[in-house]
Amino acid sequence: MTGMTSRRIRVVIAKPGLDGHDRGAKVVARALRDAGMEVIYTGLRQSPEQIVGAAEQEDADIVGLSILSGAHLPICRRVLDLLRERRMEGVRVFVGGIIPAQDVPELRKMGVAEVFLPGASTQDVVRMIESAVSPR
Amino acid sequence: MKKAPEKALDPEPTVPRAFTTVSGRTIEGLYRPEGVGDLDYDRDLGDPGQYPFTRGIHESMYRGKVWTMRQFAGFGSATQTNERFKYLLEHGVQGLSVAFDLPTLMGRDPDHPLALGEVGKCGVAITSLADMETLFQGIPMDQVSTSMTINSPAAMILAFYIIVGEKTGVPESRLAGTLQADILKEFIAQKEFIYPPRPSMRIVVDMIRYCTERMPNWNSISISGYHIREAGSTAAQELAFTLRDGIEYVQWCVDAGMRVDDFAPRLSFFFNSHSDFFEEIAKFRAARRLWARTMKERFGATNPRAWMCRFHAQTAGVSLTAQQPYNNVVRTALQALAAVLGGAQSLHTNSLDEALALPTEEAATIALRTQQVIAYESGVVNTPDPLAGSYFLEKLTNDLEAEALEYFRRIDAMGGMVAAIERGFPQREIQDAAFRFQRAVERREKIIVGVNAHVMEEKRFPTLYIGENVGVEQAARVAALKATRDSGRVRRSLDELKRVARGNENLMNPILEAARAYATLGEMCDALREVWGEYEEPALF
Repeated sequence: MTGMTSRRIRVVIAKPGLDGHDRGAKVVARALRDAGMEVIYTGLRQSPEQIVGAAEQEDADIVGLSILSGAHLPICRRVLDLLRERRMEGVRVFVGGIIPAQDVPELRKMGVAEVFLPGASTQDVVRMIESAVSPR
Repeated sequence: MKKAPEKALDPEPTVPRAFTTVSGRTIEGLYRPEGVGDLDYDRDLGDPGQYPFTRGIHESMYRGKVWTMRQFAGFGSATQTNERFKYLLEHGVQGLSVAFDLPTLMGRDPDHPLALGEVGKCGVAITSLADMETLFQGIPMDQVSTSMTINSPAAMILAFYIIVGEKTGVPESRLAGTLQADILKEFIAQKEFIYPPRPSMRIVVDMIRYCTERMPNWNSISISGYHIREAGSTAAQELAFTLRDGIEYVQWCVDAGMRVDDFAPRLSFFFNSHSDFFEEIAKFRAARRLWARTMKERFGATNPRAWMCRFHAQTAGVSLTAQQPYNNVVRTALQALAAVLGGAQSLHTNSLDEALALPTEEAATIALRTQQVIAYESGVVNTPDPLAGSYFLEKLTNDLEAEALEYFRRIDAMGGMVAAIERGFPQREIQDAAFRFQRAVERREKIIVGVNAHVMEEKRFPTLYIGENVGVEQAARVAALKATRDSGRVRRSLDELKRVARGNENLMNPILEAARAYATLGEMCDALREVWGEYEEPALF
């Protein structure tokens, strides 16, 4: 980090839908903070509108969605649509949770930067974000 | 499949491993008699069936009857789950266990915006009495016991079940089963709460009172450590927070004027059976001793049934891996064996596809067969508590009990569990433990086969797929229901529910009436949201 010219990467970690299993979201949030990023955790049960609103307000570089309930396809689609509608295409989106492997290509196709399945290391998440987010 | 060269992908772990349990407990090189100090057989262990029940709650344990093999199931519509229930019953399951979808667990109808993509996904969608009628169609409710994993809207689901029983000629006094209804662990771990803690506790107390008076074969609550452990707690924290939750419920019921000897015999528990074999067995034994002593000494219970910690166990979903999923059969078998050696009354074994999706029929069958192999082939059922007297196990049992007592002391000093939850104490303890474990895995201080050691290329694995159509169909069913029911009766019943919520009569009566009128779960929960508001926890990490 070069101080004057670059700023810390800003990440919004969100729990969309009705699910309350937040172990993964919190572990990832903490690991990203330890890696020097600015992390905003939305808390539970956020609608896609609230998540995109938080990303806008927090000037986020990237949004991480934690979804274990099987609702990843409609939720990711909605979040990405909203980002496009609000001309926030520069904000990347990644997803982690219980996601069947056959859904990964479709998630990638709709514009999800990366999908983390159970067993992923938090260091992989750190590396992915560092390469997906261009310094500004 | 072409086997990947294992060495290239996966050098052997190089970090020296400490001898610790999955919870980070240090294990000594040797255990000797002096380690268990002045262990007194009658005082600290007792024969099986004798106070303090360390060795089991029944004299003959599994010689008399093996544990109930109770597999948790539910997905899609009530019709689909009804078919799975019938399949399981045909294949030797002895008790049903209903998994509800998230809209049901959160008291939201399928047409609510937050239900997007969630209907029927991780359980069955039950929106009104009509769905419960479908769910139990053709299942003799006087012959099976049913466990229902539901918490915030537990009272409404219980009402649906009671009414379906009534309509099929089984009175509530003969219904057997368990309602989870443990709201404290929702605030602590699983986070499926709706209302703030204090009104949530009132619903629980009202339900316990109702069940105590009218449903002698019903476990009014299942005080759960499972979710606390899945959220990342240690074994000692699971034990401590679960039993301290139990103390909190007992205290609230006593404060509401109930007699401990009347209601406590129907309190039941639900623990995780995790990977560290001996620590888990010790945890179950410590739970029984601690609960017996607590009920007798702290609450003055004299009914021996009020001293007994009866529990269901489920193997640890969180320990199962998406990588090399067949290895999960082995993990589950070991965890199930620990639950059996720990004296569980009923058991769910997870399916090998747990980390991928809801189980396929084939995966669910292997999980059930795992229990049957333990019960009928391994010989471990032949005598109760076969590991008693092991220096190692007795020391672990003592240590776990002492650690739990220390947590009791701290939580008591905060003013009880509700107060501790309000200041975020158990939540923070668990969160820290979860983070420590993740770090240990990433540093390879803890090895998970197939994840951070012995990695191979993965091949495609078939999983159960639940489409998006369930939500649309369920919303259509609810719309049709609303068009045909007596809307005046629904409105009046919901007004009555709100009136009772503002006062202090038992909530079960207006809930039963609203359920009979075919009010939806969302409508009933909204009525209470209007009176009590919704709980929002601080988003800390």
